[in-house]
Amino acid sequence: MPTTDPPKTDGPILSVRDLHVAYRTGDGKTVEAVRGVDFDLYPNQSLALVGESGCGKTTLGLGLLRLLPKLGSVPKGSITYNGRKGESVDVLALRKQELRKWRWRDAAMVFQGAMNSFNPVLRIIDQMGDTIRAHPDGERKPSKKEIWERSAEMLRAVRLEPNRVLPSYPHELSGGMRQRVLIAMSLLLDPKLLILDEPTTALDILTQRAIVDVLHELRAERKFAMVFISHDLAIAAELADRVATMYAGRIIETGTARDIFYGPRHPYTVGLIKAVPPVVGDLPELASIPGTPPSLSNLPSGCAFAPRCGYVEERCTSVDPELDPITERAAGQTHAAACVRWQDVVYERKVVAHA
Amino acid sequence: MLEGNGVETETIVHEEPASAAARPEPLITLRGVSQSFKTRKGDLQAVDNVDLSVGPGEVLCLVGESGCGKTTTARMAAGLARPSAGLVEYQGRDIWSMSKREFTDYRKSVQYVHQDPYASLNPIRDIHRTLATPLKKHGVAKGRKDGWQQAAKLLEQVDLSPAESYLPKFPHQLSGGQRQRVAVARALSLNPKLIIADEATSMLDVSIRIGMLNMLGRLRDDLGVGFLFITHDLAIAKYFGWHGRIAVMYLGRVVEFGPTPQVINDPQHPYTKALLDAVPEPDPDLTRTKKAGGGLRSSEIPSLADLPSGCSFHPRCPLFEADTCDVLRPELETVATDREVSCHVVGGASPLHVPRARSGGGE
Repeated sequence: MPTTDPPKTDGPILSVRDLHVAYRTGDGKTVEAVRGVDFDLYPNQSLALVGESGCGKTTLGLGLLRLLPKLGSVPKGSITYNGRKGESVDVLALRKQELRKWRWRDAAMVFQGAMNSFNPVLRIIDQMGDTIRAHPDGERKPSKKEIWERSAEMLRAVRLEPNRVLPSYPHELSGGMRQRVLIAMSLLLDPKLLILDEPTTALDILTQRAIVDVLHELRAERKFAMVFISHDLAIAAELADRVATMYAGRIIETGTARDIFYGPRHPYTVGLIKAVPPVVGDLPELASIPGTPPSLSNLPSGCAFAPRCGYVEERCTSVDPELDPITERAAGQTHAAACVRWQDVVYERKVVAHA
Repeated sequence: MLEGNGVETETIVHEEPASAAARPEPLITLRGVSQSFKTRKGDLQAVDNVDLSVGPGEVLCLVGESGCGKTTTARMAAGLARPSAGLVEYQGRDIWSMSKREFTDYRKSVQYVHQDPYASLNPIRDIHRTLATPLKKHGVAKGRKDGWQQAAKLLEQVDLSPAESYLPKFPHQLSGGQRQRVAVARALSLNPKLIIADEATSMLDVSIRIGMLNMLGRLRDDLGVGFLFITHDLAIAKYFGWHGRIAVMYLGRVVEFGPTPQVINDPQHPYTKALLDAVPEPDPDLTRTKKAGGGLRSSEIPSLADLPSGCSFHPRCPLFEADTCDVLRPELETVATDREVSCHVVGGASPLHVPRARSGGGE
């Protein structure tokens, strides 16, 4: 069932303003991988971050939970998390202990590459138990039985058989099962914000479908907001209420899933959508976006997409456009594109064969 | 340089509907091919009695989940693995009883492109050496200058230009898409008639993937290269193999076979239907109307080591009929012109399905 645009009565759960993430490189310089990102995520909303490899999606995801590698830093910007009791958390100011508590309990992340997220020599029950024990409710230590029961309940929620999965080692499970275990683990402490990095990439089509179905169910039951990172636009169409297209470290278009898929206004978004083959209906002409994304250490002047853009004009090489609202709607519903020519951008699909 | 491949190329059929009567002589034919692997738990039947063929300029897509036997089938077609039963023929000759010279010729004509361009290129060879070595070894290029020029031409064919700037580079200096293009250029170096592409685009970004598929499509249309194209993504199979055929494999057997437009638009086997239902669409309204779980009773594929009785798909099948599906193994039967299905419920006993008028799917 379409879950697009649940009514927003409360304020955002996550507010990101002018966020920059930089990496130190070998020669002592810094490269900005995220260059000024703004967005609001509302409770129970799902936001897809889409774009080619190297556009800053994963860096942004890691930055939101302060999970950046040692060479990464946040030189500028703010991340505000508004918790379930109305408390406002300045994520960038959290100390180590507070951060540990905040993660898992309020915000959790499922990483790309399910195998690498497990300790290969621990059984699933021990890994889930570690998470539960590390975040006790009050002073009391949870008993073995409680740990088993809580883990089993979460596994059933992701449609896995607890008695089969809990005593297993990670290598004894299939890729799709491991991915579902990770999702179950991330939700053990009932967080209100879940970040998923390429949750279905490298999985078989039916396994992908199982993950997508589980995410739909979990979101309906447990009401959490979700940011998911994907280069697969069809998955975004499936799971996202809102979509943000990233290019060279910035969000260059954002809108509801229907805005983005039926009326994209940034030439880059149009290019991405035109590269996705559909399975149902006519066979459209598909094309790749010419050229490659720019090197972040050597960005072109003006709009970073200008060298690859079919709509390029002289002003594009001098002005780096801000997100410009296309349709003004209620908070968190706006469709906006960072292109000086968005009014001229048309999205049409040419049919090459009829179904 | 890729012209004059031999007499077969004059019957390129890429413009023709796949169901046209006049199919060219196949390049590769698999006849009742099986492959079993010995394990501690006994023999694993990875591929069981598969019949397939691909002609020049044709595309045959093999689709199915991991472990369905796609790659094993492809490896047998490429002569990289010897079938435990059945025949692999190249231009009508059994490849395993060929003379050494014939086998070399076959090996040159059938090239394999692997899934992972990070693993398939030698990291300490620059692109020039990667491409020029087979050219020199097979006497296609004479001397260093000729090798360089021919390597440059190959790179132009896969849209890596200016070629001169790529030749001195090492694989680690290239992106995934560029590496995969180099892998295709290497496969093209000996004027192949058939390319076996094993998930060759599945690791690439969306936009790069389409660029790659369009490039492969030109090789198919302009040079008449045939493709055995392996993918788990039916949207990709539809796009690349629209004028070709699809064979859907499940646990080592072909369960549905037919022209691409018919298999995609009017699937017969419940497994094919489930695969199609599971593919997300780049369209938010449409994709959310798709059935949960692809309509299957289970998302887990059974183990080859412990195959279900009867039809191996029955534990997952939404159309399962007790006492038939779990007892009898269905054979692949012709249900309409050029269409085969292996299912007790939709095939065999049911009335013949009339193929759609627009089966070929013209321009």
